[in-house]
Amino acid sequence: MYDFEFVKPASVADALAALSDEDAKPLSGGQTLLPTMKQRLAMPTKLVSLAGMAELIGVSAEGGVLTVKGATPHAKVAAEATAYPALAALASHIGDPAVRNRGTIGGSLANNDPSACYPAAALASGATIVTTAREIPADEYFQGMFTTALEEHEIITAVKFPIPEAANYQKFVQPASRFALVGVFVAKFATGVRVAVTGASEEGVFRWTEAEEALSSSFTPDAVASLKAPAEGMIGDIHGTPEYRAHLIGVMTKRAVAAAA
Amino acid sequence: MPKDHDGIGASTKRREDVRFLSGAGRYTDDINLRGQAYAYFLRSSVAHGNLTSIDTAEAEAMPGVVRIFTAKDFEGVGGLPCGWQVTDRFGQPMKEPGHPVLATGKVRHVGDPIAVVVAESLAEAKDAAEAIMVDIDELPAVIDMKAAVAGGAPLVHDDVENNLCYDWGFVEENREAVDAAIRGAHHVTTLELVNNRLVANPMEPRVAVGDYDRTTGEHTLYTTSQNPHVIRLLMGAFVLGIPEHKLRVVAPDVGGGFGTKIFHYAEEAFCTFAAKAVNRPVKWTCDRSEAFITDCHGRDHVTKIELALDAEGKFLALRTDTLANMGAYLSTFAPSVPTWLHGTLMAGNYTTPLVYVNVKAVFTNTVPVDAYRGAGRPEATFQLERVIDKAARELGIDPIELRRRNFIKPEQFPYQTPVAVVYDTGNYHATMDKLVEIADVAGFPARRAASEAKGKLRGLGIAHYIEACGIAPSQLVGQLGARAGLYESATVRVNATGSISVYTGSHSHGQGHETTFPQVVAEMLGIDATQVDIVHGDTSKIPMGMGTYGSRSIAVGGTAMVKATEKIIAKAKKIAAHLMEAAETDVELAGGQFSVKGTDKSIAWGDVCLAAYVPHNYPLESIEPGLEETAFYDPSNFTYPSGGYACEVEVDPDTGKVEILAFSAADDFGNVINPMIVSGQVHGGIAQGIGQALLEQAVYDENGQLLTGSYMDYAMPRADDVPMYAVDHSCVTPCTHNPLGVKGCGEAGAIGSPPAVVNAVVDALAARGVTHIDMPLTPARVWAAMNAAG
Repeated sequence: MYDFEFVKPASVADALAALSDEDAKPLSGGQTLLPTMKQRLAMPTKLVSLAGMAELIGVSAEGGVLTVKGATPHAKVAAEATAYPALAALASHIGDPAVRNRGTIGGSLANNDPSACYPAAALASGATIVTTAREIPADEYFQGMFTTALEEHEIITAVKFPIPEAANYQKFVQPASRFALVGVFVAKFATGVRVAVTGASEEGVFRWTEAEEALSSSFTPDAVASLKAPAEGMIGDIHGTPEYRAHLIGVMTKRAVAAAA
Repeated sequence: MPKDHDGIGASTKRREDVRFLSGAGRYTDDINLRGQAYAYFLRSSVAHGNLTSIDTAEAEAMPGVVRIFTAKDFEGVGGLPCGWQVTDRFGQPMKEPGHPVLATGKVRHVGDPIAVVVAESLAEAKDAAEAIMVDIDELPAVIDMKAAVAGGAPLVHDDVENNLCYDWGFVEENREAVDAAIRGAHHVTTLELVNNRLVANPMEPRVAVGDYDRTTGEHTLYTTSQNPHVIRLLMGAFVLGIPEHKLRVVAPDVGGGFGTKIFHYAEEAFCTFAAKAVNRPVKWTCDRSEAFITDCHGRDHVTKIELALDAEGKFLALRTDTLANMGAYLSTFAPSVPTWLHGTLMAGNYTTPLVYVNVKAVFTNTVPVDAYRGAGRPEATFQLERVIDKAARELGIDPIELRRRNFIKPEQFPYQTPVAVVYDTGNYHATMDKLVEIADVAGFPARRAASEAKGKLRGLGIAHYIEACGIAPSQLVGQLGARAGLYESATVRVNATGSISVYTGSHSHGQGHETTFPQVVAEMLGIDATQVDIVHGDTSKIPMGMGTYGSRSIAVGGTAMVKATEKIIAKAKKIAAHLMEAAETDVELAGGQFSVKGTDKSIAWGDVCLAAYVPHNYPLESIEPGLEETAFYDPSNFTYPSGGYACEVEVDPDTGKVEILAFSAADDFGNVINPMIVSGQVHGGIAQGIGQALLEQAVYDENGQLLTGSYMDYAMPRADDVPMYAVDHSCVTPCTHNPLGVKGCGEAGAIGSPPAVVNAVVDALAARGVTHIDMPLTPARVWAAMNAAG
C-alpha cells in the first residue's frame, strides 16, 4: 500500500469538499478498494471515509418503497429490510460475516462488479439510485462491467427499492470467490415482471427481457422452462464456459420463480 | 489396557492447542530482532526471458534502503541443491540444471526472484523495488507438459534437451513381460487421467529471519520449516558454506506444512547470507499472493494407465505412462515424488503380478513442483482405484467384489510386491468389511431411490489405498538416489526430580507431537504424561534429526524415543537395584515404582532419578551419574497403513453441482497412540482430498501467468464443502518391525479420498454415459461431462 491521507468527515457535505482534491477517493466499506490498494494497484492520495456517517445509514419502508441509505452495511440490510424479504435474503448471503459488517450497498453499486449481488436486486426492482447530485433510475445507472452513470465524486446517498408483490434471488456461486457465477433476481410487480442477471455477462448486470415477457403473462417456472439465454456475450473463464453460464441463467430463473411464486 | 490414564490409547486433549487457540503461539513472524531490516523480493512477472540488464542505481538512493542484492552478489555461492538423484531407465543420471538463489541470466517462471531490496521498513523496500529497472527479453514459455517434451518446444534450460529431466522405468526388467501380458489379456481397461496441480496453502505463509553474530561468527536462521536440521545441512553445506557449529536453524511454531515446508527455499539462504552482508538481522515475510508463485506446488501428473484382467476379474498386469511436472527448477525432493514414492505403490492392495511404470519428468515455465501431503502415493492410488472402478463397470462386476478378488490375503504377509517393496502386514478384507458396515453400503440402493425421487443423481464411490510411510531405511533410500539419511533421533533427559524433557528430531507443525509423544514415554515408565515435555525445532538443542514428512514421526521419531527410553529404564533399574540392595535382574518397573520381584521392596521413580543426580548412595564405580540417553533409529522397512474409503454424493443434474452427503474411512494404522488425534489427522486429510477432488486447481495460461493466484480463483475447501465423517481405526494389524507397532496416519486421508469422491460422482452419472471426469469436479465440468456423454 502506498502512503495516503485519511479523512473522516462528519457530513456528506464535508465529504464532498474533501473529495474535490485530485486523486482523492471515497472509501465506504473498503471491501474492494482496500485489497486493491494493498496490492499497489491503486494509489489514491486521499481516502475520504463515508463509513459511520449517521445520515448515510439506515433502512426504512414507506409507501411501498424500501429505502436503504448509501453507507448501510449488508448485515444491517439483512436484519432490517423485513419489508422486502428477498432483498434481506440477498444481503444475508453476500460474502462472509466480516464482509457483511463492513461492505455497503453504496460501495457495491458504485463499484458495479459484474459478479456482485446488489446490482441484480437494484435492476430487477427498478430501483432509484439517489446521489448527492440527482436521482438515477436503475435502467440508466448500470452501464457495463465496473461502469455506472456516476460522475467523479458523486456519492450514492440512498437506494429506493419499489417493493414487489413477490421476488426471489437465486445465486449459483463461483466455487473459489463465492461471488455469483450466475445470479438471477426475479421481481413481480402489478405492472409486470422484471428479471435481472448478474455474474454471467461481459456487459455486467442485465435484464433478461425474454423471460420478463414470458413471466409477465404467466408467473410460473413452466413459463420459462423452454427459454434459453444466448451464450453469446457471456463470460467464459476457468469457472465456466459461456454456454454453462447461459444454461445456469435458465436454471436460476426457474428456481427463483418457483421460490417466489 | 485401561484407558483411564493418559498413556498409549488415551484420547488426551492436545496440550499445544492451549497456546494455538489462545493466540499465544510463537511463529516465525512473531520473531522480531533488534535492528532488523526487511527484505522484499522483486520477482519476475513473465514466465520466461533473458535478463538483459538490472539497474539498481535509482533504487539504491531511495529512502531507507540498506542494500540491494542481485545475482552478481551471489557469485561464488552455491545454488539450491536437489536432495534426490533419479537414474533413468538407460542408467543415466537425471538432468540437474542449476537453481541459483537469485535468477541468473534468465527468468524461468513468474515469481522467479530477480533482486532483493533490504530496507529499514517493508514499505520502503517495496518502494525501492519499483525503482529497479529490469530489462527482460521475453521468450516463449512452455507450460503444457505434452508440448514440452514433443520436440521443438522452447527450452526452460538450454542444456536440457526436450525439457526432459528423466525417463524412468520401473521395473524396467518387467517391461516386455507386462506388454505381453496386456496384449494377451481377456480384458484391458484403459484410462487417461490428470492429477491436478495444487497449491498447498498452509495457514501460515513462509517466513525467514536471518541473524549473524560477528563476534562469534555464528549464523541463526529462524524459518517456517518441517525439518530444521535438513535446512541446516543443505544450506550450510551446499549453498553458503557454513559449518554446522556456526549455523543454528530454528523452526518455532509452524502453522501447517503439508510438505511444502520441507524444502530449502531461496529466501532462507538469502536472509542468512544478507544478515552477514549487512551486519544486521534480515526478515522476509511471504504474503499470500507471493506464496502462490513461490511455494512449491503439488501433484500435476498426466497419466495413461492400462489394467489387464482375466475372465474372472483377476488382475494380470498393469502399465502406466506418466508425465510429471517438475516446474522450472528441481526442488529439494521433487525427483523422488513421481518415481520412488509413486512407482513402488502401484501394486496397491492387490496381487497384480506384473507392473511397469514409466515416468517422464518435465521442466516447464511454472513454479517448482514437489511433495504435497501424500507425495506420489495419492497419484498412484488415484490411478489404480480409478482404473479398477472403470474395469468393474466394464466387466459388470461389483467394484467392492472386484477389489476383494484381487486383495492380498492376510496369510500372504509378508508380501513381496513386484515393485520392490515388501508389505510387512495388513488385512485389507477386514478394512473393506468394516467400511461396508460403517458406510451402510447395503442401504445405498434405497438412498439412491430417495434421491432420484427428488430429482437428484446419487452415487457411491469406493477406494482402498495402501501407502508407504515412515520414510525409510537409509540404506534402501540411498540405493534409490536419496542424498540424505532418513533415520530419526531422540534424547530423553530425565531431570533430577523425575520430570522428563524429550528432544526429538521430529518437528510438530499441527500433528500434535507435544501430546502424543509424552503419552508413549509415560506409558513406558508408568508416570503421568504431564511429567513429560517435548522439545523440537532447534538445531542448537536437539540431536541431528531428519524432520517430519511422509507420516514418519511416530514410526521413526517415536521409535527413536522408545529406544532412548529403554536405555533410561535399563540404567534406572541398575540404580534402583543398588538402592534396594537387590539383583538388577529382579527389579521390575510398573506404575512409576521400581520393585524387587517376590518382595515388598519398592522405590519410586522420582527417588531413583534424584539418586542419579545426587549420587551420595550410588554405584559410581560401575554407572555414571545422571539420567539422559540418546538413540538414533533407522528402520528396517517402510510401514504400510491401508484402508477403505467410501464417499456418497448427490449430483444436481441441472447445475452439475456435487454435494458430498457422507464420507466413511476404515483405516488400519496399526496401533494407535491417541485415537482423537489420529481421527483429526484423517479428518484433515479427507478435507484436503475433497479439496483436490472437487475444488482446487492451479491453472496457468499459455504465457505462464498463474490464473489462480488468489483465493478469488483458487478454491479451498470450506467447512460447508465437507460432510461429517465416519472414521474408524479399529482394524489393527500392528507393524511388525517397530516396537510400538505403529504405521503413521498423517497422509492417509489425502490419499484415499480423491478416488472415492471421483468414483462416487462417476457412479452417479454412469447411467448418463459418463466414464471419467478429471479433477477438480467443478459444477461446470460435471455439467459439461453429463451433456457431452448424453
